[in-house]
Amino acid sequence: MYSLFKSLWQYRNFIFSSISNEFAVRFARSKLGGLWMIIHPLSQVAIYALILSNVLTAKLPGVNNKYAYAIYLLAGMLAWSLFSEIVTRCLTLFTEQGNLMKKMRFPRVTLPAIAIGSSLINNALLFTAILFVLACLGQWPGMELFALIPLYAVLIAMAVGVGLVFGVLNVFVRDVGQVVPIFLQVFFWFTPIVYPVSIIPVELKQLVLLNPLYMIVGGFHNVLAYQQLPEIDSTMIVLVVLSGLLMFLGLFIFRRAAPEMVDSL
Amino acid sequence: MSLLVVQNLGKSYRTYHSEWQRFARWFGVSVTPRSEQWVLRNIDFTIESGESIGVLGKNGAGKSTLLKMIAGTVQPSEGTVQLNGRIAAILELGMGFNPELTGRQNVMHAAGLMGYSKVDIENAMPDIQAFSDIEEYFDLPVRTYSSGMQSRVSFAVATAFKTDILIVDESLAVGDAAFQRKCFRRLEGLIAQGTTLLFVSHDIDSVKKICKKALFIDHGRLVEFGDAKKVCDHYEKALFGKSDKQKDQKHVVLLDATLKSDCEVSYGDGRGTIANIVLAGAEGDQANVFRSNEDMSIEYDVQFHEAVRSPVFTCMIKTKEGIAVSGTDSTFLEAEVVDASPGDVLKVKFSFSAALVPGFYYVNCGVRDADASEAGFIHRRVDAAIFKVVSGDDTTALVGVADLQARLEVSTP
Repeated sequence: MYSLFKSLWQYRNFIFSSISNEFAVRFARSKLGGLWMIIHPLSQVAIYALILSNVLTAKLPGVNNKYAYAIYLLAGMLAWSLFSEIVTRCLTLFTEQGNLMKKMRFPRVTLPAIAIGSSLINNALLFTAILFVLACLGQWPGMELFALIPLYAVLIAMAVGVGLVFGVLNVFVRDVGQVVPIFLQVFFWFTPIVYPVSIIPVELKQLVLLNPLYMIVGGFHNVLAYQQLPEIDSTMIVLVVLSGLLMFLGLFIFRRAAPEMVDSL
Repeated sequence: MSLLVVQNLGKSYRTYHSEWQRFARWFGVSVTPRSEQWVLRNIDFTIESGESIGVLGKNGAGKSTLLKMIAGTVQPSEGTVQLNGRIAAILELGMGFNPELTGRQNVMHAAGLMGYSKVDIENAMPDIQAFSDIEEYFDLPVRTYSSGMQSRVSFAVATAFKTDILIVDESLAVGDAAFQRKCFRRLEGLIAQGTTLLFVSHDIDSVKKICKKALFIDHGRLVEFGDAKKVCDHYEKALFGKSDKQKDQKHVVLLDATLKSDCEVSYGDGRGTIANIVLAGAEGDQANVFRSNEDMSIEYDVQFHEAVRSPVFTCMIKTKEGIAVSGTDSTFLEAEVVDASPGDVLKVKFSFSAALVPGFYYVNCGVRDADASEAGFIHRRVDAAIFKVVSGDDTTALVGVADLQARLEVSTP
């Protein structure tokens, strides 16, 4: 495990340059170039905020603020988009880079690192756009924002764990690559992102509470929509342990499978 | 300490009854695979620094697998590769290149992939740019490159950093001849600086030229490891299925079934047809691989459909590039002239010495009227056959076209 981190450190320049190349390639030959990185998330966020609060006038139960539901939705999307982007990218990482892995000798662990890095940058831009819109609407959250840092850590650990496990399995059983997107869709609707948890029937509520993402998304909601600190209780500790274990499992499977992956690609 | 020690190396591909068994194995459950196919086994050899090694073997013999295990991209199933130095491998040119990025950005990226730091790469950049020799294209996106230009840049990156071992896998068969020559010069330069080259090629002559020793692999086994010239000869013999009895190199004639012309052009006025073009060795047995300066012949049949007064038979040998090496006809050779009547079949045989530099040569055959001013051919077949000249004991020239039977004397006045 130590050697994984050592090779990540040795290849740090390569990882950074790969991430920046990825963005350079994405905006090559476009006039506005890197500006699109801001325009996309900003327009997405602005549309949600305007349509939901002014046109549909959707309300969040218990909060008397016309922007509350839009902000609730954005907070949930912020967390979910990072999770689903990391999982989706890790899923096809090794199958797409098969030829490179066969022909070049380099630490394989740089591949997920690059994917995670660029997902994080995308998410940071979305986050910036959300903060910008919040400031415009006069809903600036305040110091609670720092509570997002541990939430992010847990979220990333969980996404990396899940992504690596499925990414490795996908090399050997390609059906995994087809199943996981469906699974992600189901999971999205099982997490209170577009709806508040209060509208769920009581008998289903227990099921939703088992969803590990519920706690994390709930934390994002607390910070951005309700401007409170996330609740710290026993489930939170379970969650931290669980995400740590998931990440460890992902790295473990990745290490064990790495020699065999090249043979199957 | 030896540079590279390969001990009992083997690679097998395993299949399991179910992929679940494979997954279970990662967690320490012992599972017997359903089938195990060994592609390479019991490979032992040691390479000292400064020895360049050619790797010979037919397609599918296991050469690439061996190199990938030495390079570290494929994990051995048994045995060990002990490496005491830095290694670089060119298993495929242009790995990791992105068409939207410029040559310079791709160089940064590809060299980063090889594990070099930014400072190292920046120091090597002028050299890479100079070797690529593509001028302003270096700062343009790679998608605007010709395939040759891309090969130049990727070869330049792969060989820019001094390593103890450099693996080159058949990737040099790209680009124009001048660039290939440049690549070989670079490889020779690296060898001179002490890099050990592991070189895979089907071209036995280039192995003989740049390698000191050679490995011969067949069906996943190491057949022979030793002096390059000796191993190359044994490999050639195995390749063309020659028995030990025909050891005398002077009379070795070989037939390579893969040497077939695929670009023949045939035309004529229909008064006759050339058929059965056969190349033969000194003893008249069919062959298309000759040692330089060996006697060889070109034979063909001409069937006449109409009467032709004293027809002239022609024959020409050309290089791959289409440069005429030697052309002659029956008038010039003062052969007896016969008149042909409809239905006649004449057998024509040109014999000569293959005083040629090792390489590939093409044959043209033709038949025309005696009056040469009328350029029209009765039948002409251009690029109708190919033959290969390989070096032998009598070979005195390595580059160019003709072997002029050079002799050398060095004396003090």
